[in-house]
Amino acid sequence: MGSQFLLSRRRLLAGTALGAASAAAGSIAMPAVLRAAGTPVKLGVLHPVTGALSYSGQQGRLGASMAIDDINAAGGIKALGGAKIEAVLGDAQSTPEGGNAEVEKMNGAGVAAIVGGYASGICLAASQTAARYDLPYIVDVGVVDSIVSRGLKNTFRFGPGFGVIAKTALDNLVTINDQAGKPAKTVMIVHEDSAFGSGLAKLLNAQLPERGFQVLETIPHPTPTRDFNNVALKIKAQNPDLVIPANYYNEYVLLARTMQQQRVRPKGIYSVLGGAASSYKFVKEFPESAQYIMDCNHWFDPKNPKALALKKKIEDKHEFYTYEVYMNYSCVLLLADAIERAASADRAKIITALENSTFAGHVMPYGPTKFVNGQNQGAAPVNTQVVGSDILVIFPAAFASAKPVFPMPPA
Amino acid sequence: MKGLVPIVAVVALLATVPLITSSNVVLNFLVVALLIALVGQGWNLLGGYGGQYSFGHAAFFGTGAYVTAILQVRYGVNAWLGFVLGVAAGALVGAVIGALSFRSGLKGSYFALVTLAFAEVLRIVASVSPITGAGVGTLISLDLRPMAFQFQNRAPFYWIILAMVGLSLILIRMIEHSRFGAYLVAVRENEDAARSLGVNATIVKLCAMTISAAVTAAGGCFYAQYFLFIDAGIAYGSWISIEALLAPIIGGIGTVLGPLLGALVVKTLGELTKIVTGGAPGLDLVIYGGVLILVIAIAPRGIVGIFVDLRGRMRRSKAAAPASLERGHG
Amino acid sequence: MLSSVILFPALLNGLMTGAVYALIALGLTLIYGVLHIINFAHGALLTAAMFAAFFGYQWLGLDPYVAAIGLAPLFYVLGYGLQRFVIGPAAHGEDRNILLVTLGLAVVIENALLYAFRADTRTINLPYAFNVIEVGTAFLAVPRVIAFAIAIGVALALWLIMRWTDAGKAIRAVAKEKLGAELSGIDVAHIYAVTFGLGTACLAIAACLLIPTYYVNPSAGNAFVLIAFTIVVLGGMGSVAGALLGGLFVGVIESLSGLYLGESLGQIGIFVMFILVLLFRPSGLFGERA
Repeated sequence: MGSQFLLSRRRLLAGTALGAASAAAGSIAMPAVLRAAGTPVKLGVLHPVTGALSYSGQQGRLGASMAIDDINAAGGIKALGGAKIEAVLGDAQSTPEGGNAEVEKMNGAGVAAIVGGYASGICLAASQTAARYDLPYIVDVGVVDSIVSRGLKNTFRFGPGFGVIAKTALDNLVTINDQAGKPAKTVMIVHEDSAFGSGLAKLLNAQLPERGFQVLETIPHPTPTRDFNNVALKIKAQNPDLVIPANYYNEYVLLARTMQQQRVRPKGIYSVLGGAASSYKFVKEFPESAQYIMDCNHWFDPKNPKALALKKKIEDKHEFYTYEVYMNYSCVLLLADAIERAASADRAKIITALENSTFAGHVMPYGPTKFVNGQNQGAAPVNTQVVGSDILVIFPAAFASAKPVFPMPPA
Repeated sequence: MKGLVPIVAVVALLATVPLITSSNVVLNFLVVALLIALVGQGWNLLGGYGGQYSFGHAAFFGTGAYVTAILQVRYGVNAWLGFVLGVAAGALVGAVIGALSFRSGLKGSYFALVTLAFAEVLRIVASVSPITGAGVGTLISLDLRPMAFQFQNRAPFYWIILAMVGLSLILIRMIEHSRFGAYLVAVRENEDAARSLGVNATIVKLCAMTISAAVTAAGGCFYAQYFLFIDAGIAYGSWISIEALLAPIIGGIGTVLGPLLGALVVKTLGELTKIVTGGAPGLDLVIYGGVLILVIAIAPRGIVGIFVDLRGRMRRSKAAAPASLERGHG
Repeated sequence: MLSSVILFPALLNGLMTGAVYALIALGLTLIYGVLHIINFAHGALLTAAMFAAFFGYQWLGLDPYVAAIGLAPLFYVLGYGLQRFVIGPAAHGEDRNILLVTLGLAVVIENALLYAFRADTRTINLPYAFNVIEVGTAFLAVPRVIAFAIAIGVALALWLIMRWTDAGKAIRAVAKEKLGAELSGIDVAHIYAVTFGLGTACLAIAACLLIPTYYVNPSAGNAFVLIAFTIVVLGGMGSVAGALLGGLFVGVIESLSGLYLGESLGQIGIFVMFILVLLFRPSGLFGERA
């Protein structure tokens, strides 16, 4: 299967990486003009494929690899004589040091750019190391705002950051609530206690009261959490209109199942970056727990045929079409476009090309890209809801295929 | 002072590496290995020489890292001063934990578990406290100036950590030859006998723990400067507690060069297994674990132990030879 | 928050969770109490057992409570073999080496599972998983009630084994005084392996009890290890009764501190208690005075 091929590529490249490394830094300085037409362009693909984040890392790698295969099948980088893209796979081992070490190796192997990272901590460390070599780094998912506010010229984020996500989530919540006649007033937030959950909870706590909501309680929990019965109890006791979860897949599922067990049924479950709230896997395995859950999360453009074609391809492989897949897919396409327009694998030129990028050939509902200080301005999350056995987009209207069901009908 | 020659030789040899290669892959690899060697040397003082196995050295590593990071980010303290204060803070935490544990007479597995618990408590507190940035962690801004203890090049970082490791080697050697060292080993071998001979075992252990904590905290401060980002899991996670004991035990517990040797071997093993298995997630670590078990089965006293055994065997065979010659004659 | 509406269910929750913790800790306390080793591989073995329970349901349609009947002996043999042929010989009897061997074993098992089964989270959806029994203001999920009953049952069975059977007496003899036991003709290596096997069998049963409400992925077992250690120390090394009572106690403490301090900070309650017990009463709350 594909992984067999990737295995031997990696072995070869790893060998080359060390060989290049011990022969001193000759490869980095190679001027673009000496590049023979058709020489493959190396692309670093960095994900935490082992360790705590391995599922997301593997999904991310899958998306990136599919994009590379698609680009190569369509003729490679035409501006460089049909040069193919060659993936230099890296395992960040779910730690920043791991990510760091891989960036060094990728640099030694002479990659033109790096895509990935996934977790905010890994992205921060890896992009910083890449900055030493002016190596373009495209963040696939990592949402903390500090990723793009360090003044690093080499770092680009295709997807949205916290600030945008929280604001969009709240704007849309207010709209959905208004449209339903304002049934919701009180809120409880349940979040995981690391970078993404805490950061999000802080923003929500600041902004919810301004929009007329009352936060009854904010409950942090570790990842992993073994049991959510007490959390469910607290929710039951205080009976908020809305529950806002922000956590990773496993905890989200456990929370939802526990709430179902304890017969806790608020008027709505509105997640922001909910780990499972817009996951096909969750819907498939626990349809009753998943019903009517709304999420504000990364999502593909449901009206884009490319996105749907990719969905089919992924599902044919018996994988789930998760956000790591299509975001990485889009990031690689973005990079390929930049290389085309730069007509070069030179790092500085790629960075310039990215800065001016107006790429629209991706599968996300962002419109053409526009980077300011490394952040793609059009990036935004989208609201989804689980209805039946499907996940439908309910906001914004341009991409929506259904109206929100809110408040949730009684069980 | 005898015994310094091997240390100087090893450090001098390692110091030439950046002059031979400018590969950042190699330098980065060695920086991380040396960092682990430093942290392991701290553990080695308490565990190898003192016989008190700690499973919570992350408590000192993390304290050093957070103190220097927070001082820089929130209070604008200079990075070098932050480093010194971080080491002091780590030592303080070591003294406190040591005082509590040793005064209660905790030994062996109980001591190990209580250190584990302390590290875990610190981790949880760090993951919810606003001052550490809670879940978001603490990010030291990129400021590539020597005054800010950050360098454009990897080489200065390399030499600094090498110097730190070198100092720790000399420190351990000095302790080995000192009265304090003798007391420490006496306590390790038989605490009751030592006490009966007038050694204040509790104070000795406490001193060892404080120094051990300081050395490990220095590693934590360096980590913060090198990677510029820490969070509760990185600073106080079990990964560093495990690395801290893995290196000395593999390399040779209770020896000066053990932690350095062990760190290099363990890290190299990790890289080799990654290369051999390619991209398949998990397979490289399966081999890594398997080799680990094999190494322990074959060399229970670590790598230094192998050399010591060999030397002992050679000496014995030399001593036996003249005797047999004599017998041959007679 | 102090209302009985919440307190009562929280208490019951704590007891049910605690019972499963106790079962996991049972295995550890036996191994710890007899072999005097800290078994780093405990979490990984639990994970392996959970995968076994999962596949038992997935491929053979076995209800996990039924699967436990088969998995317990299977994992007993696995544990016996590991101690007799891997850990024992590799460690040459040195404590620190046993530590590293079990650590190496943990790495091997966890990553072998990752390599074989990938990182996705697996869950099973039993038809009765969401049925509840109402007790006062509490909704008790049926699988958790069953788990509670079985855990207590196993603990009692083990206690009886330790008390009344020859094997149990031999185990206690080796735990108390290894040399004397050896001199009395007890095969210590065999007893060590039997103990490890029993501990692993407990894990297998615990895994079957967890899988209806929890999930499994290659690192799932690790979440329970530290808490298991806490219970072992609290209950007294090697004490079966201590592990059971300690487990229930810790479950309740975790539940209550989670309620009052929040889930994140609430975890501190357990460790602080752990530290206090170690500092002031290391033989455990229920152990014999050293």
